[in-house]
Amino acid sequence: MANNKINVSLSVNGKAVSGEVESRTLLVQFLREQLGLTGTHIGCDTSQCGACVVHMDGKSVKACTLLAVQADGSEVTTIEGLAQGAELHPMQQAFMDNHGLQCGFCTPGMIMTALDIVNRNGNELDEATVRKELEGNICRCTGYHNIVKSVQAGAKAMGGNS
Amino acid sequence: MTEFGIGASVKRKEDRRFLLGKGRYTDDINVAGQTHAVFVRSPHAHAAIKSIDSSQAESAPGVVAVLTGEDLAADGIGPLICGVTVTGDDGEPHKAPLHPALAQGKVNYVGDHVAVVIAETVGQARDAAELVDVDYDVLPAVTSTAEAAESGQQQIHEVAPNNVCFNWPFGDKEAVQAAFESAHKVSSLDLVNNRMVTNPMEPRAALGEFNSGTDEITLHLTTQNPHVHRLVLSAFNQLAPEHKLRVVGPDVGGGFGAKIFVYAEELVVGWACRKINRPVKWTADRTEAFLADAHGRDHVSLAEMAMDENGKFLALRVHTKANLGAYLSTFGTMVPSYLYAFLLAGQYATPLIYSEVKAVFTNTAPVDASRGAGRPEATYLLERLVDICAADMGLDPAEIRRRNFIPIDAFPYQTPVVQCYDSGDYNAALDKAIELADYAGFAARAEEAKSRGKRRGIGISSYVEACGIAPSAAVGQLGGGVGLWESAQVRFNPTGNVQVFTGTHSHGQGHETTFAQLVCDQLGVPIENIEVIHGDTAKTQFGMGTYGSRSLAVGGVAIAKACEKLIAKGKKIAAHALEAAEGDIEFADGSFSVAGTDKAMSIGEVAFNAYVPHSYPEGVEPGFDENAFFDPTNFSFPAGTHICEVEVDPDTGVTEIVKYSAVDDFGRLINPMIVEGQVHGGIAHGVGQAMLEGCHYDSDGQLITASFMDYAMPRADNLPSFDVDYAPTDPPDNPLGVKGCGEAGAIGAPPAVINAIVNALGVRHIDMPATPENVWRAARSAA
Repeated sequence: MANNKINVSLSVNGKAVSGEVESRTLLVQFLREQLGLTGTHIGCDTSQCGACVVHMDGKSVKACTLLAVQADGSEVTTIEGLAQGAELHPMQQAFMDNHGLQCGFCTPGMIMTALDIVNRNGNELDEATVRKELEGNICRCTGYHNIVKSVQAGAKAMGGNS
Repeated sequence: MTEFGIGASVKRKEDRRFLLGKGRYTDDINVAGQTHAVFVRSPHAHAAIKSIDSSQAESAPGVVAVLTGEDLAADGIGPLICGVTVTGDDGEPHKAPLHPALAQGKVNYVGDHVAVVIAETVGQARDAAELVDVDYDVLPAVTSTAEAAESGQQQIHEVAPNNVCFNWPFGDKEAVQAAFESAHKVSSLDLVNNRMVTNPMEPRAALGEFNSGTDEITLHLTTQNPHVHRLVLSAFNQLAPEHKLRVVGPDVGGGFGAKIFVYAEELVVGWACRKINRPVKWTADRTEAFLADAHGRDHVSLAEMAMDENGKFLALRVHTKANLGAYLSTFGTMVPSYLYAFLLAGQYATPLIYSEVKAVFTNTAPVDASRGAGRPEATYLLERLVDICAADMGLDPAEIRRRNFIPIDAFPYQTPVVQCYDSGDYNAALDKAIELADYAGFAARAEEAKSRGKRRGIGISSYVEACGIAPSAAVGQLGGGVGLWESAQVRFNPTGNVQVFTGTHSHGQGHETTFAQLVCDQLGVPIENIEVIHGDTAKTQFGMGTYGSRSLAVGGVAIAKACEKLIAKGKKIAAHALEAAEGDIEFADGSFSVAGTDKAMSIGEVAFNAYVPHSYPEGVEPGFDENAFFDPTNFSFPAGTHICEVEVDPDTGVTEIVKYSAVDDFGRLINPMIVEGQVHGGIAHGVGQAMLEGCHYDSDGQLITASFMDYAMPRADNLPSFDVDYAPTDPPDNPLGVKGCGEAGAIGAPPAVINAIVNALGVRHIDMPATPENVWRAARSAA
């Protein structure tokens, strides 16, 4: 039954955390409601929009499509875990420099996906690759034009060629 | 131009919090003792409610309350209202059926609100909502826009015979008829403007808190207009007196119109938090957004143009059926009437225009403004018809437009449909777009594509829209219940930094930056010392909010006027301090100086003097803080030409946009980076409508496109990068010389895309959305 609480322990943004969750609790609910990490958003209920993308054990995942219990023992990184103190991560900076966000709601998921794109495809990304790779993240504001530019620029900057 | 002033592409001040995950959207806010609301929604499109048994739900774990329409009516709350009256050809105001926030005896669309379950957790509320036993007597559903008013259709509301809300003719029918009878050529087109779901990425949400000590309700809402929400909830829905109701729109994750309206859930949450004396939170899931957000568009039209032997337009005649859904949303009546028919002149000097709009009720979600609101519908109809005219006359689409454009020396131009256009140079935008798109080189590109078995098409759309909404007197004459001025307060703090309070509300448009640039430019204060504050009725003065591309054109002017007042007052203070005559004081770059001398003081010093008025001019009030209101004398009329080039694979129907060129006239640009972003987003929205998005109800009234799995939103790989340029003119009616840019793309793009696809296929017409299946079928029918 839903009321049976289960203990989960994991690392989030480099910090050990644990909590009691229902078996049906989604990872995104655990992050938002129990850890107060509200930078990860919920934009749909069908795993389509990507507003909830976080990294689990180094890979991008949709946190609305994982149960919190599935993250037990894993290392999770959210949008809150990217900046070094006051300094934005190069991908975050690239989104600011290229006007890659408007309302900001899809932005955390876009950035977490962008980092995964770089991890898998390297620092020199052509437009077609970025567009194809962003297929799982929906933005209603930007028309993607500047998001694509941001991801390309962020990828370059991460390689040390800003 | 200074580095951070008007005309500079200043990086956005609001970005940092969003990039760090520190944005604060409604659902991010949690308060002590909070409960969670889940709505019981109708699974039927049309049904009488025989009974509601909530006893099982009430005793389920964690349930605090189950409330129904009976409870709401007993407390005298509601109903929801529509704020604009349209008088039909029967001389009567539009038919306005009762719109309760929770159903009273009947449901009228799938997703209609039947009851609300409030529990300690969302999960418990969801579980209990499934236990609410509603006994329905299912009635036949009406879903077809074209057929809703036909005889033999099921009646939805007693007050609206034949399901007609209004039948609204506009223009000189006989004169238009005469022009058609004597015309050289008449071109006509039947077309559908497909229904859309607006789908801002942040779903709607509400958090209500009641303070029994002060009798105040605080409502955090996903709203584009907090004061409008407060006004309507207070004056018309009896939620609480205005001074005991605080509405806060924190960060808002996109709106595009869908967050203008006062919704049932918002009223119910506000009412319930007082009733149970605990905070209540509701957040829509995406399916609820599809079911119960106001939808957009949904017209079925016949468009006809009478022409002379040179392809000059003599008269335009339009018959439109517009679907308003099951109930009237807040501004539902205005969209297919004033925001539509008054834009039917487009960029053309057509002397006679007659339109007749029949607005109908159906068992579908309410329909209201969605990015562009009426103007995309008018533009799509006109710009498709113009291409049909060109084909019928054997003219190039660019040429027939040139022959009919309102000439540059005719501005200000009084159209035959109320609007008086402020400024425009339509040939300049067309010429520039043709160059940008390499229109001349198209034939060679088409030939090359043909050699690969592909078909290329190119399409032009020359649009005009009405923004800067709106002159209050005009709104009043048209039956609107509000004034559409805007307000500002510009406040210096004693230490010299500035807070700008605006009655507009950003939901992605970057007001915190654009408005700061305005103030930086006018007052010479460093941009980092300027903070723009909006979205909270307890912080800002009354304002009308953000929609209709009005924030800069109306709200920006109010800010500029407040700055002017500060400068005027500052001159008095500086004159006293500098021991000079007020008339000798000049202000520039943040400094008051005595003309012809090196005596000067900064505006920060003036502000300090105003708050520490130890030595101060007689008769001048202390403080450095000014209010201004601005009521525009006219709408603004952005315009432009968009050109789309597509390549169609006739074997699969897959259509790729290979080049998209936009040349717009937005008047003066404050932040070109932000403006360009607005254009990009608008085009994507328009391409979505043209090629991907279609909201479909089946004949039983079930919404069969109620998720992102079934409703195709534009994604990165559906779109190209866009080529954007400008052909600005100077609008004489706007003190800042600005026009508005938020909706242009969504207005200009759909006909550009469809004209291109039609051109590629060699067919007369294809309805939106031109999905691969529809394109493939059209290609086959043409073969």
